[in-house]
Order: sequence, then C-alpha cells, then structure tokens
Amino acid sequence: MALDNGAKPEAVHDSTLVSKAPSNQVLLVLRLVAFFATAAATIVMALNKETKTIVVATIGSTPINATLTAKFQDTPAFVFFVIANGMASLHNLLMVVVEIWGHKFDYKGLRLAMIAVLDMMTVALASGGDGAATFMAELGKKGNSHARWNKICDKFGTFCDHGAGAIISSFVGLLLLVLITALSIGRLVKPRPATLSPV
Amino acid sequence: MAKVGRLFGLVLRLLALGATMSAAIVMGTSHERASVFAISFEAKYSDIPSFKYFMIANAVVSVYSFLVIFLPAETLLWRLVAAFDMVVTLLLTSSVSAALAVAQVGKDGNVRAGWLPICGQVPKYCNHVTGALGAGFAGLILYAMILLYSVHTVLYPLLD
Repeated sequence: MALDNGAKPEAVHDSTLVSKAPSNQVLLVLRLVAFFATAAATIVMALNKETKTIVVATIGSTPINATLTAKFQDTPAFVFFVIANGMASLHNLLMVVVEIWGHKFDYKGLRLAMIAVLDMMTVALASGGDGAATFMAELGKKGNSHARWNKICDKFGTFCDHGAGAIISSFVGLLLLVLITALSIGRLVKPRPATLSPV
Repeated sequence: MAKVGRLFGLVLRLLALGATMSAAIVMGTSHERASVFAISFEAKYSDIPSFKYFMIANAVVSVYSFLVIFLPAETLLWRLVAAFDMVVTLLLTSSVSAALAVAQVGKDGNVRAGWLPICGQVPKYCNHVTGALGAGFAGLILYAMILLYSVHTVLYPLLD
C-alpha cells in the first residue's frame, strides 16, 4: 500500500482522462439502468396493495361484505425485498453521483477498491432479497398442499401480477449489478507499461 | 508470505466445504411423520421447493469447494475461481434467504393469507431445518470472506 501512495498521485491527475475512457462511460450507463431497474422494483412492490370485498353471508336479503386487503407488509420476505432493492438503488444512485462529480475525492488511493467492495456487498444483498421474494411468490401462486397452505393468487390477481413485475425488474437489476461488479473489479487492474512482462 | 496466504485460503475453503456440506446433508435428512386428528402428516424437505433449492444450492457449492481445494497454485484458473466465487456467494445468499423466508412462514404462519404454522405439529422437523439454516449461514459468511480473499489474491500481483 505504501507503493500505492507513491504511485497514486499520477492516477489522480489522470483521473479526468480516465473518466472519459469508454469503459467508465459504459459503467455509468449500466449503473443508471440498474438504478432504474431496482428503483422500479422497490416502488412497484412498495405500492403493491389490493383490496377485495367479498360476500361472506347473506342475512335476509342484505349481503354482509368482508373486505380483505393484500399488502406487501403482510409478508416479511416482501418487506426484505423492498428494503434490499431500496438499498441497492440508493447504492447505484450514490455510485452514479460519485462517478460524475466525485473524481477529486480520493481516500489513500482506495476509492476504486471501496467501490468494488461496496458493489459486491450490494450484489449479495440484492440476490438475497430476490431469492426470498421469488419463493414467497411461488408459494402464494401455487400454495403448498403438504403444509395445507392455500394459494392466494386466484383471489388477488393484481397483487400477484404487480409482485411478479417487481421481482422480474429486480432480477434485471441484479444481473446488471453483477456485470457492474465485474467491470469495477476489472478497473482495479492498473494498465501495465509495455516493457514489463505479464505475470 | 504467499505460502501463508495460500494456507489461509485453503483453511477458509475447507471450513466452507464443511459448512455447506453439513447444511445440504442436514436439510436432506429432515423428515418427520406426525399424525394430526388421525391424518398422517409427513414433512419432508422436498415438499417445499424453497428447501429443495437450499439443499441443491448447498450441495453444488460443496462439490465446487471440494474441487477447488485440489487446484494447484499459480495456474491462471484462479481468476476463473474468483469469478465463480462471486457466483457461488450469490447462490448461497439467495438460497439461505429463500429457505429462511419459507421457514419463517412455517414457524409463525401468516394470518392474512390464512396459512397456519406447521412447527407445532412437526417440532423435530423444524429444529432440523433450523440447524440446516444455521450451517447455511455459516457457509455464506465463510464464502463472503473467501470471495474477498480470492479477488484480493488475483488482483494483488497486478496492482503495482
């Protein structure tokens, strides 16, 4: 790391050149798209709510209605999904801001390494949220005869559709996040001068 | 220095192999038969797709760990191993998270959906699954450390 401190000042001066390199622009575009995907997943799932009024009994000639609501907060897996995707979209937004405006700030030359590590952590979080929500949605769609759990998608179709859309969008965001992580790890490799032989 | 580093990576991978293999085996052998109101009620891991996914994911990861332990040092394949470590960590997080979500429904039920908890009827099965989930978590944490370590190992010679 002492070497890095000595070698880094040139990289900071070169940073304006680096920011215009094609790989950084590709990374920026990918981050924007991933931000939109995860933000869309968060918002669609957070607003996912369906109310249904069903007739429970009939006394004389007046039907008694019961109002059932399906909200995303009923299921802890969906709550985790919303939180995980919210944090992933915040992370993407922060990284976009840092890419565009943050080139002057560097911390002991570790900025790219910190970005790569944060990307890895966000990928793990987002994949956890996706896994939980997918299997919960599958349980809601098909039920489970062994555990005597009924399916709920036949009664709350819109809730299920919105949830499915949010999960798909989140998977797209996850895929992009994996690509972004690979690219940002690749950025850690400094270009070697041609005189050195490769390892 | 490189030897100590390699030993550290190897120890981590051995521990992760143990954790994931035990998670897969414990989940695979979870099985209990109970009778409620003269109806025989059998709980197996394969009844719940989430637990099947958990078992398969942990089995795949333990086979992968076993193979990587025998990889000789200084081949170029270590870069591929770093990439695979990321994929494997993703697989582990999603499997643990999915199994945990469904296990939580099994334990507490879900009043709004009309799902009754099943842990009251099959407590030994629930404990078994909890143990498997604990081992899965340990494997996940170990693999997160392995991922950071292998990315560092692959990039370190190229960082100066």
